[in-house]
Amino acid sequence: MVFSLPAFSYMIALIVDAFLIFFAIFHIIAFDELKTDYKNPIDQCNSLNPLVLPEYLMHMAFNLLLLISGEWVTVLINAPLIAYHVLRYKNRPMMSSPGLYDPTSIMNADTLSKCQREGWIKLGFYVFSFFFYLYG
Amino acid sequence: MNPYGSVDGHRTLGNPGVGQAPPTITHSFQPLQPVGSPTRLPDVVQPPMPPTPSFRPPQPQVVQQGPPVGLYPGTQGPQPSYPSPVSGPPFPGYGQNAPQAMAPQQYPPQQQPLYGSYPTDAPVQASTINPMQPQQPRQGYWGDVNQLSQGMAGMSVNQGFNAGWGVAPIDLLQNRHIIPPNPVIEPPKITLQNEYWSSVNCESDIFRCTMTKIPETSGLLQKCRLPLGILIHPFKDLPRLPVVQCNTIVRCRACRTYINPFVHFIDKRRWKCNLCFRSNDVPDEFLFDPKSSTYGDPGRRPELQSATIEFIAPSEYMLRPPQPAAYVFLLDVSWNAVQSGYLKIVCDTLLAHLPDRLPGDSRTLVSFIAFNSALHFFALSPECSRPKLMTVKDVDDVFLPTPDTLLVNLAEIGSCVEDLLTQLPMMFNEPDAGNALGAALQAAHKLLGPIGGRVTVFQTQLPDVGPGALKSREDPNQRAGKDVHNLNPATDFYKKLALDCSAQQICVDLWLLSGQYADLATLSGISKFSGGCIHYIPGFHVTRFPLSGEKLEAELGRYLSRKIGFEAVMRVRCTRGLAVHTFHGNFFVRSTDLLSLPNVNPDAGFGMQVVIEEALTGVQNACFQAAVLYTSSKGERRIRVHTLCLPVSGSLPQLLHSVDQEAVVGLLAKMAVDRTVTASLTDAREAFVNMVVDMLSAFRAAEGGGGMGLTSAPNARLIPVYVLALMKSVAFRVGTSTKLDDRVFSMCQMKASFTSLPLADLILMVYPCLYPVHNMSDEDAIVESDGEIIPQPPRLPLTYERIDSGGVYLMDSGDKLTFYVCRAINPAWILAVFNVHHFSHIQDGAIDLPELDTRESKRVRSFLGHLQAQKFMPATLVVMREDSKDRMDFVHRLVEDKSDCGSSYYEFLQMLKGLVK
Ligand SMILES: [Zn+2]
Repeated sequence: MVFSLPAFSYMIALIVDAFLIFFAIFHIIAFDELKTDYKNPIDQCNSLNPLVLPEYLMHMAFNLLLLISGEWVTVLINAPLIAYHVLRYKNRPMMSSPGLYDPTSIMNADTLSKCQREGWIKLGFYVFSFFFYLYG
Repeated sequence: MNPYGSVDGHRTLGNPGVGQAPPTITHSFQPLQPVGSPTRLPDVVQPPMPPTPSFRPPQPQVVQQGPPVGLYPGTQGPQPSYPSPVSGPPFPGYGQNAPQAMAPQQYPPQQQPLYGSYPTDAPVQASTINPMQPQQPRQGYWGDVNQLSQGMAGMSVNQGFNAGWGVAPIDLLQNRHIIPPNPVIEPPKITLQNEYWSSVNCESDIFRCTMTKIPETSGLLQKCRLPLGILIHPFKDLPRLPVVQCNTIVRCRACRTYINPFVHFIDKRRWKCNLCFRSNDVPDEFLFDPKSSTYGDPGRRPELQSATIEFIAPSEYMLRPPQPAAYVFLLDVSWNAVQSGYLKIVCDTLLAHLPDRLPGDSRTLVSFIAFNSALHFFALSPECSRPKLMTVKDVDDVFLPTPDTLLVNLAEIGSCVEDLLTQLPMMFNEPDAGNALGAALQAAHKLLGPIGGRVTVFQTQLPDVGPGALKSREDPNQRAGKDVHNLNPATDFYKKLALDCSAQQICVDLWLLSGQYADLATLSGISKFSGGCIHYIPGFHVTRFPLSGEKLEAELGRYLSRKIGFEAVMRVRCTRGLAVHTFHGNFFVRSTDLLSLPNVNPDAGFGMQVVIEEALTGVQNACFQAAVLYTSSKGERRIRVHTLCLPVSGSLPQLLHSVDQEAVVGLLAKMAVDRTVTASLTDAREAFVNMVVDMLSAFRAAEGGGGMGLTSAPNARLIPVYVLALMKSVAFRVGTSTKLDDRVFSMCQMKASFTSLPLADLILMVYPCLYPVHNMSDEDAIVESDGEIIPQPPRLPLTYERIDSGGVYLMDSGDKLTFYVCRAINPAWILAVFNVHHFSHIQDGAIDLPELDTRESKRVRSFLGHLQAQKFMPATLVVMREDSKDRMDFVHRLVEDKSDCGSSYYEFLQMLKGLVK
């Protein structure tokens, strides 16, 4: 095999990370649409909520792969984000379906700007890690 | 002086009362200014700025000179003065031509009774036009603003009262008895650049801001340490409301603001929006005066003369034809409910209100669904004389057995409904303990889905069958605990259903008549997000607790007969630079400034926190405009617009003196509810203290009020005592046993209700009024026109120090009047009021006083009647003896004393003093 396990996991991480960048952009656009009154919060939450868990799981999955390949440094870089995801999901509003966003509180200016900030920071992080994996 | 007598006399001066139908459409609009009042002139000739006519009349054949500056709505700086093509003085409400200018408005005759139906209306509308009268301040409706603006030196209660306190900082430690003897605390006055604007500004009990001046920058607001926000009561019953019908409603092209008295006219054909500052054209229709068929002067339009106005909306404001009034009643008939005996009261009250007193027209639809562990539908049709009962046992998958005969026209099946309501209380006698509330709500949602309307739910216990079933979460041992759990919903079933309802213009009002825990925290979701209201009568039982039956009947009567608006939305706009940050109330926020309200009712209030996004440099006034678009119960699409204008100030001391303490407390309570639910009760209580400390520190820093004392702005002097009272209120107290549902209900009330009178009920709930009634003198008494004397006892601070062992006290806590009789009361007084000889013979828990022909009895009863007349829902009276088992309820309300729920007011001040830097 030409590819060693670390190289393979980096490649997977790279591909998944590209997806995550798209997710983050999608989130940012969605919240912006809410802020500019372009979309109804119920519809918007319905379209965002199903994406939350896949994003978290994808992120955790490639980290697991990196962990198996013994890439400690990369995993350590990602660990805070994993912890944040777990915490964020634990403190989500009371909902019967998976997801994070509650249409009755999302229009609250504090919540909305928090979500937007979260989106930008994550985008930054994913873009940074994309180049990190590319050259790593 | 008798405020009523002379007011009545004044009414005959030419203002038709609300009840009288105006003779013609042209005369139907009543100018808001006192017609021909001699006191109007001095204002008129005192313009704030020198008039510089910059606009030359095309034809200088002016009959009368243009008006002085102050009168032109929407003018700042150099004034154009327009000649009027019509003879007569062109300013609003002055002179004979005024009625002509009002031609396009009308009071639709069918709306009249609605405006007049509110019990306190009579004195309100009567007070309209008497600038000389020191009126009961909270009753001054349109008149109050005028009267304040008249500059009738010191004549108004407000000015007289303030003079007593002065504007100098107050040392709270030196002035421990801070509660004024007058129960009515006048809201601070908003002073704008010109008298005219000040006089037309929105009423303080409709629209109120926590500050009467808006800080110029957010940095300045930071320094004030005050919450900035508005409280609005958009659908309040109004004694007088100008209604306009026109083809085009004049609005700003850019931001869609409705034209209002505070816009600036660049010239006769252009106006500058006061929210986004863009210039707009004045359409021809706006200048046109149909009466004289000439192009008149825009200043005469009612849109520019009143900050509260209603438009009859043209068809472009409708997404579908206006819906008919539709009411569905969901009645809990589980064993628990049947035993509490509520059904009889509800059915009797409904019988008394159907069909005439329920708002609606010939299209009104009704339906009744009963539920226990199954759903019971009633098929009503004009053909069959008797209602047909259909039971659906399958509650997991709800279906409607005969969709056509469930929701039916009230006018057609009136007798059938009467039949049903007479039989209903006896119909369900089997001991079925289950309660399938969730399924019943789903059925109602299905039934009303295509139309929209109102669902009224009577619930007496925890729903335990079918969808939305709940489990008890309250641990009675934790009731006195430091931190409270389970304030969040247990399931999102009710919230999701509420959102579905909201999307289909259905509102759900919840009546919880519960003996035991019913998880209001979860159930309230159904009303919170569908624009509904929540009523809660704890411990409801008709025989065991007669007061509760009394309360249900009184509240339900008001509920059924009050006005209602269907398929409503409310939009709140504010001057560029300001933005609404958080909304409080029962609704669904559909976009950043749009609230979806499937129903709007006159008792609903909303709060909004406001942030300053951009500095308001160079802006003289900041405005807020709330517009409610709704369908009236008569199937008319209408828009009610309120505009509040506030001066912008860059001076910190000025801002610190511009606090509206009651509004601040109202908004704080709402913010604290949010904090409790999202964080914890401990957090919210800390936030209260921090807010007061910050406010006092900011004041000390700005005023340099050094030394030993604890100084406060005179306008903010009541905030510490109110905050202490809030921390001891049912919603936020710790240390004493509080049922979870009671706490949650109290929170719902704080969050959603602004309540009818100027914040009065929220404040009363927190800091009740205490009056000594054992020695009421006729001094200061109000003498009614029929000779009835209403004594006005002074209000007492809520402390046991002021309770005399031989006294009798009346505590008005908004929805409840407690008549507290102390042991050592003079037997003669007992005989005169209760007709018994000894203290021990007074019936503890009695809910009324005997009608006796003694002076004492008459005075007490007329005072009670006077208090009741000011309430939007009648309060229940209860007699409490000093040895009553419920005595602690009374003692807990004495919030200035030390108790198990907190420190005394003096200790609280000492603590604040330690924290203020
Ligand atoms: Zn505009």
